[in-house]
Amino acid sequence: MSTPLLEFRDVDVFYGPIQALNKVSLHIGEGETVSLIGANGAGKSTLLMSIFGQPRAASGQIFYQGQDITHRSSHYVAANGIAQSPEGRRVFPDMSVEENLLMGTIAVGAEHATEDMQRMFELFPRLKERRNQRAMTMSGGEQQMLAIARALMSRPKLLLLDEPSLGLAPIVVRQIFHTLRELAQEGMTLFLVEQNAHHALKLSDRAYVMVTGQIRMTGSGAELLADPQVREAYLGGH
Amino acid sequence: MDGIFFQQIINGLTLGSVYGLIAIGYTMVYGIIGMINFAHGDVYMVSAYLAAIGIAVLSFFGLHSFPLLILGTLAFSIVITGVYGWTIERIAYKPLRNSTRLAPLISAIGMSLILQNYVQLSQGARQQGIPTLLEGALRLHIGDDYVQLTYTKLFIIVVSLLGMLALTFIIHRTKLGRMCRATQQDRKMAEILGINTDRVIAYVFVIGASMAALAGMLITLNYGTFDFYAGFVIGIKAFTAAVLGGIGSLPGAMLGGIILGIAEAQFSGMVNTDYKDVFAFGLLVTILIFRPQGLLGRPQVAKV
Repeated sequence: MSTPLLEFRDVDVFYGPIQALNKVSLHIGEGETVSLIGANGAGKSTLLMSIFGQPRAASGQIFYQGQDITHRSSHYVAANGIAQSPEGRRVFPDMSVEENLLMGTIAVGAEHATEDMQRMFELFPRLKERRNQRAMTMSGGEQQMLAIARALMSRPKLLLLDEPSLGLAPIVVRQIFHTLRELAQEGMTLFLVEQNAHHALKLSDRAYVMVTGQIRMTGSGAELLADPQVREAYLGGH
Repeated sequence: MDGIFFQQIINGLTLGSVYGLIAIGYTMVYGIIGMINFAHGDVYMVSAYLAAIGIAVLSFFGLHSFPLLILGTLAFSIVITGVYGWTIERIAYKPLRNSTRLAPLISAIGMSLILQNYVQLSQGARQQGIPTLLEGALRLHIGDDYVQLTYTKLFIIVVSLLGMLALTFIIHRTKLGRMCRATQQDRKMAEILGINTDRVIAYVFVIGASMAALAGMLITLNYGTFDFYAGFVIGIKAFTAAVLGGIGSLPGAMLGGIILGIAEAQFSGMVNTDYKDVFAFGLLVTILIFRPQGLLGRPQVAKV
């Protein structure tokens, strides 16, 4: 097997005395779409953030392109091709859509900024209409699109998405997943954290199930979609 | 009456634009790391000494043209004061970044005392001064009365406004400015996007110190005298201006400075000079009671 793009080896993460991740191991190959599903508070967002060292792993190792990045700074990780659309979107509230998109190019330089911004406006036409509007005045769905577009502006090799469907109308969710599918087909590696497992599993090549900081199950998206336990716990028993 | 009123508007505008320049340092640092840099007034004081030293050294070497003298001094003073700002952040605040909110506040007070004592020891406790460099004044007639606008004051007002415009441009139109705003609005997200926020915070201290250096040179041109304690009252006044305008808000700091300067000058002219500081701080108390977020500040929203 070739070197995975991202790999966790026995990673432990603590918040003070509380253990948030417990001996987590997983890997994501280049070009794969992998999702991580689990209940609220299982540690999924912590796992994504720990890639950027926020919080840092107490033990275990995180590898990116075969290189140990466990103790690297956030900006080092960002500059080397990992981008995240984080939990709660975290768009810069007092900046315009265009400025938020420009922030996405900080790690890699603004060389392709104009061209990439046009591409984002094609992917998310709503952002074009609102290009000069401040992010705080936009709806949740628009902010989510902005958070994803901002992450894409750095032309990442690995795109991390934390709950892109949270709190959005079903039609917006479908639209966002449609865009993610396009990105995956173009060859981008996606790592998707979702509480809403149905869409995530359908999109994914593989998936991991996380329960209270541990990986409990893994398999292809289709296998997990068919698994009775997963259906019971994460798909509302349908 | 009319004459005094307009004269005090001019005096207040002069003083206020300098308050505004210093207030920028308080407000930007507060905006980005949520602390009050109590050593900022003393950075201003150091810059007043540097301005005097710069002027003395350059005129000693035969530079007497006012614009060249000022430009040379300004460049020298901004660079050195910037180094002070950077160093203070590096040794007194950065190591305390992840400790309690009070810790950097205490080390700021310590830093302020260190700067005062260091200048007192190295430069002497006596008041120092420079001669007037820009002679002459404009006389503007208003009815039977007239007001006097000295060239020095005109220079201070114009240069302060230019300084503020330049800073506003940097913050709103450049990459450095966007990085500062992003760090202010969401530091963790800024990190994830690849911004070295420690470096951005250091830049903010350097920017604040540069504005203080500009203020230090302008005030020195106007009053001519200063001592090692000069940073204290003017620092607290500039802090008041920052709170008045809304701490964390850049236009607020400039507006707050100008309002405070004019209010203080009017009080001095109409009522009493001895109590002008009491009046200024009374204004601060009033603002804190009725509009704690300041004129242009936003109310703090608790993050859930």
